[in-house]
Amino acid sequence: MEQLLSLFIKAVFIENMALQMFLGMCTFLAVSKKVETAIGLGVAVVVVQVITVPVNNIIFNQLLRDGALDWLGMPGLSLQFLGYLCYIGVIAAMVQILEMFLDKFVPALYNALGVYLPLITVNCAILGATLFMVERDYSFSESVAFGLGSGFGWALAIVALAGIREKLKYSDIPEGLRGLGITFITVGLMSLGFMSLSGVSL
Amino acid sequence: MAAVKQVLLTPLFENNPITLQILGVCSALAVTTQLSVTLVMCIALTLVTAFSNFFISMICHHMPTSIRIIVQMTIIASLVITVDQFLQAFAYEISKDLSVFVGLIITNCIVMGRAEAFAMKNPPVISFLDGIGNGLGYSLVLISVACIRELFGSGTLLGFEILPLIENGGWYQRNGLMLLSPSAFFIIGFLVWALRSVKTEQVEAREYRLAPQSKEEGSF
Repeated sequence: MEQLLSLFIKAVFIENMALQMFLGMCTFLAVSKKVETAIGLGVAVVVVQVITVPVNNIIFNQLLRDGALDWLGMPGLSLQFLGYLCYIGVIAAMVQILEMFLDKFVPALYNALGVYLPLITVNCAILGATLFMVERDYSFSESVAFGLGSGFGWALAIVALAGIREKLKYSDIPEGLRGLGITFITVGLMSLGFMSLSGVSL
Repeated sequence: MAAVKQVLLTPLFENNPITLQILGVCSALAVTTQLSVTLVMCIALTLVTAFSNFFISMICHHMPTSIRIIVQMTIIASLVITVDQFLQAFAYEISKDLSVFVGLIITNCIVMGRAEAFAMKNPPVISFLDGIGNGLGYSLVLISVACIRELFGSGTLLGFEILPLIENGGWYQRNGLMLLSPSAFFIIGFLVWALRSVKTEQVEAREYRLAPQSKEEGSF
């Protein structure tokens, strides 16, 4: 349990998906103008992350990895090269299912997330978390903790950035730096801040 | 011929995927600590973008729009698998350095963005060139960022020592910040600033304007 907790903390603060790993940058920069939408997108990412990372973990361990298909009488068969195709398929399908589910049962949340749900399919933070999970060979429970942590860390970062940008729009910024440029520099400073947490030993 | 030139060259400065369209930023930041790794990443991404544009534009009239994202994803993922297997077979060290970022070409927004915005509406050959052009625009930014980071971070370029380091009896003290994540954000931020100071039409409109000091507007 303690190990899972430290994995979660590590994924949120030390290996923050957005600020340390640079994943999900496109949406991170494009959808961080208002705190409200940032919170909506953050929640959506956490939900999708918590579902897809464990599901991909099961697929990887039960079907794809070396010798996973022994029970079918096919020892020595490794389908690892199909990995990317499976993971992205799972992510796209999950997002689609989640979209239909929310539309039917939680229309309020669906309307709030509306536009952002399909965007999540191409959010590299989602696929990135799955690929890290495979590379680091997490067990099932670890993958749940890692999925939750990485999603939460990303959500935290985008909400914080949106908070800063809401204030920043009143400031008088040099012309060429306005918009994208100053956002990059702000994110750089936030990333410096998060780096100070990297000394925490767990 | 003019169309070909336009498709190939506008993504370099006028409509750069990273600094203007905000596409494909993630890998631009993550793989730029070493120039050699960056070059491999640029080649991989350019090829994937070009071929995915080519194939998607070949079949775009045959796919139902409701499932087009999945179809595009499948095509892109297959191309990335090919690239990944190739790298693992012939450049294993570099594929280890790139770690998950080869796989992340699948969700690189440049590939999807160009497929949606260009390949769905244009014939195959010109789409292929559009992919090459955008790949080059991406490479241009990546290579300049990687040059700055590797040169000032470790005093080398492609592994060759350019600035002699103090450890080796030279004069250059390496700047560790350049190899850490924040520097990538700063460098791209300043690149955007530089580019937009030259191409002023890319400056974003101001959302708020300072009100004039006096209450009567227009009295100045």
